[in-house]
Amino acid sequence: MKHSKFAIIVLVLVLLFLYLPIFIMVGDSFNADKYCGKWLGFTFKWYGALFSHSNRNIWMAFERSIIIAITATLSSCILGTSAALAIHKWKGRLQTFHYSLIYTPLVMPEILMGISLLMLFTAIGLNCGMWTIWIAHTTFCVSYVTMTILARLQDFDDRILEAAYDLGASPWTAFFKVQLPVLMPGIIAGGLLAFTLSIDDFVITFFVTGPGSDTLPLQVYSMIKHSKQLPVINALSTLMIVFTCALVFLSRIVSSYKKKGRSLTQLRTDIKGVK
Amino acid sequence: MTDSKKKWQEFFGTLPSLLWLTVFFVIPTFIVLKFAFHAKSPDGGVAPGLTLETWRTISNPNYPEIIWRTVWISAVTTLICVLLSLPCAYCIARMQKKWRAFVAGLIMLPFWTSFIVRVFAWRTLLNPEGFLQQVLIWLGFADQNTMLNYNAGAVLLVSVYSFLPFAIMPIYTAAEKFDFSLLEAARDLGARSFFAFRKIFLPGVKRGVISAILMVFIPAIGSYVIPDLVGGTDELIGNKIYQRTFGDRNWPHASALATLTAFSVLIPLGCVAWWMKRQDEKEARRLAEATARRLSGGTA
Repeated sequence: MKHSKFAIIVLVLVLLFLYLPIFIMVGDSFNADKYCGKWLGFTFKWYGALFSHSNRNIWMAFERSIIIAITATLSSCILGTSAALAIHKWKGRLQTFHYSLIYTPLVMPEILMGISLLMLFTAIGLNCGMWTIWIAHTTFCVSYVTMTILARLQDFDDRILEAAYDLGASPWTAFFKVQLPVLMPGIIAGGLLAFTLSIDDFVITFFVTGPGSDTLPLQVYSMIKHSKQLPVINALSTLMIVFTCALVFLSRIVSSYKKKGRSLTQLRTDIKGVK
Repeated sequence: MTDSKKKWQEFFGTLPSLLWLTVFFVIPTFIVLKFAFHAKSPDGGVAPGLTLETWRTISNPNYPEIIWRTVWISAVTTLICVLLSLPCAYCIARMQKKWRAFVAGLIMLPFWTSFIVRVFAWRTLLNPEGFLQQVLIWLGFADQNTMLNYNAGAVLLVSVYSFLPFAIMPIYTAAEKFDFSLLEAARDLGARSFFAFRKIFLPGVKRGVISAILMVFIPAIGSYVIPDLVGGTDELIGNKIYQRTFGDRNWPHASALATLTAFSVLIPLGCVAWWMKRQDEKEARRLAEATARRLSGGTA
């Protein structure tokens, strides 16, 4: 189209801009030069170093990151689901307040949550470590999970629930057999978001971490700060990127597969609900 | 169901998240606010007794300069991000459906990788030995002594890089719903394409632009990693908060700076909320008037 030539040029340049540092980093991970400068030949030694015994603290940090991300995802999903249901079901002053309480952390710079939690933990005499990181991550993930589920609830037809009640379902059955299955995609989407936010968080974790409980981003940061083994960071990052791409690709396949089977699932929930 | 039973249900449904956020978000925020009115204690905490000392000393050192730098870097970052996002969003929204999802995914993909790693990649790229400097020297724009890294320009560049997708996505979402036949109609009526873009497309994606501004400005104001890794001596308010918290453990100062940061976000946010509400009222009124006119049989 003649008129959008300018727009296409901008888009192509933006895409180049977005991928330039990533391509350079992947290239540098195979560069024999220790300072990631000129090309001194192809090597796999940084990948070897990454898996060597001397770098086991990277993998320990990785393990901690995974543990925190999983537990924070679970806790924020539980809190977020109940919050979204309450906001959706009841209208009134309490829920208006509740909603603004959920919304405000989203518009606050991360560093403020970091410093305020640190001051709270110090004030009540809680030693910083894995527990405090878990609390902090749960706190900022709850808002994202709630918002994701609320978006899903907007499309939810409340008459399905009424139908279930009319057919004699107890509130308990109605929740677990009707509402939860319909909400599940929202909960999973919110959970995935919480997981990625938790595993990538730096600033808040930086404030509430304790001795020996550094997560992977903190470990990478301290390697950068001390200019220690920079090519190893490139190797690690390249692996992370490959892993992320594989995951995104996989989720695409799963979701396209799910779309085909969706009507069947829908039917099944409906039948279960009527029972 | 009885009324009181309903109330109890609501109470227990709301309690978990309400309690959690009160304890771990509201109370800590007030602690920060309160600490800003205390004096520093020798052991690195805060001394009892309220004082205005912190606020009197806060304008004294190099804080105003840092606050000013934080605000202008955040504002310019936001401006550049929005200016780049508009043509991108326009372009993606006009593509065929299958291409749209692919290109949108391509834009988001780098941002599913670690943030700290991306900043590190730029740090390497901007190094005197790095790729960018070599290219610039080759092109004749720079020499060996040019310093790309460790200055405000580098902070700006990496900030734009980091927050750009957060600007493209909301504008693209708005542009996807935009009726492009309006643009063609404008052109058929003789409007030049830039005029049509400004007068028709821009108001059409207004909401997307507003959320893009917020999505970029808020994290930019509280930025810590970017100025720390590529900023050199050009620090932002985030670095000062960190230094006052851990470096010299002056918690009243850290709290006061955090409070200032909170307000520098809340004030523009309040303005936007107020403006949106007014726009909504205007739109609602216009709609009501148009409906009334049509119902009364008049010509619009």
